Amino acid sequence: MQIFDLATADLDFIAEVEARSHQNVKNCYQCGNCTAGCPYNFAYDYSVSQIMRLIQTGQKEAVLKSRSLWLCGSCQSCTTRCPNNIDVATIMDVCRHMAREQGYATERNVKLFSDAFLHSVEKHGRAYELGLMTEYMTRSGRVFTDVDLAPTVLMRGKLPFKPHPIQGREQVTRIFERFRKGGINE
Amino acid sequence: MNKIAYYPGCSGQGTSEEYDRSSRAICKALGIDLVDIPDWSCCGSTPAHTVNHVLSAALSARNLALVEGMGLDTVTTPCPSCLTNLRTAAHKMENPEFRAKVNALLDVPCTKTIEAQSVLQILTENVDMTLIKSRVVKPLTGIKIACYYGCIMNRPPELMRFDHHENPMAMDNIMTALGAEVVPYPLKVECCGASFGIARGDIVARLSGKLLDAGRRLGADAFVTACPLCQMNLDMRQGQINDALHENFKIPVFYYTQLLGYALGLDRADLGFEKLCVDPRLALGRIKQPAQAS
Repeated sequence: MQIFDLATADLDFIAEVEARSHQNVKNCYQCGNCTAGCPYNFAYDYSVSQIMRLIQTGQKEAVLKSRSLWLCGSCQSCTTRCPNNIDVATIMDVCRHMAREQGYATERNVKLFSDAFLHSVEKHGRAYELGLMTEYMTRSGRVFTDVDLAPTVLMRGKLPFKPHPIQGREQVTRIFERFRKGGINE
Repeated sequence: MNKIAYYPGCSGQGTSEEYDRSSRAICKALGIDLVDIPDWSCCGSTPAHTVNHVLSAALSARNLALVEGMGLDTVTTPCPSCLTNLRTAAHKMENPEFRAKVNALLDVPCTKTIEAQSVLQILTENVDMTLIKSRVVKPLTGIKIACYYGCIMNRPPELMRFDHHENPMAMDNIMTALGAEVVPYPLKVECCGASFGIARGDIVARLSGKLLDAGRRLGADAFVTACPLCQMNLDMRQGQINDALHENFKIPVFYYTQLLGYALGLDRADLGFEKLCVDPRLALGRIKQPAQAS
């Protein structure tokens, strides 16, 4: 069992998570329903209910450095089954935003995949699956990712070789540019 | 029926092209008038909402504004991930402050509340099941099916407001109406591993492997899904799952729209069975031919 000295609680962190998620983390009474239903629990370092407890006790470092934030699949099981109507999946999302902003990425490849996906959207207006795979493989150094699938995928024409650029792709690019300039925390 | 704006989603042009094609074909056959959103863009999928909620909403809102520009108030999409993003954006923008932040990122502001629904919901709520039954020319008699909905088609219920969040029945009811035997599949809303196939294939192998195993134990000849990512994890990655878990699954994974189109006797070219990775012929072969009228 871990023991927290409540004097070390980072109260600003608690307030920030609550403000950005519009949730009251004090409502969690540690029933464990979120953890019981979480399909990713086996891969987590802290279970969802432990993350909730770490937030309640203001353990900022432990939360933002946890691998669990990056391995949450946003399946909404925790949110759906919380008896106190806490939107737990949104809290996980918000903590992941904060981890990202503060330079933590304990599951680097998960982050690289998200980045490659969004670069693709920013550039073409739509996700270009083959292009984002190439970027992911280059950046992660995992050049053999899914190569075993290549014959199947190519034979069935499941991955077009060219992107489908849209006329409004510059509008989409501008969404990203304005976002980066805006310093939006939500 | 009134016209409904149609949002295919990016995977509809690539890995789930057969879902897009068969969705269009069944809607046409059942009198649902879909109008493509001109120049639609990506909703940002999972990556966007894990980075920032305003950015994610803006990527969806560009499309909602386009629907508004078409003079329509409802948009439908086959993909649950697109659906979640479109619905979340519309819901959050009911708050004027949030809407202002989103609109500040857009060239063309989104001012109205656009309703987003899945094609499955449109079918369930706008098409009479007796009409579907009356149009069946090739009943699916003889095939046993596990209906797998995936995690976010119905969750969270306050947002999605469609079917049941623990035991959805929309696809079960359609498949039963088509004459198939539906097995009582208990993992309908369990997650398949979502978008971790590339970064953490081990997670997908474990979660999707569990889904395939449960279907096999119930004697299912095939799965039907309503989600491009679920279909890809269960079908395209079935070989990887077999390697990782030392298994020998060989269960075809259809989009429900493909089997619906098949039963309605639609053109095979619109159903895209050739795009499936696990050979569907054995399962389709279980369907008994209708007795010839004498």
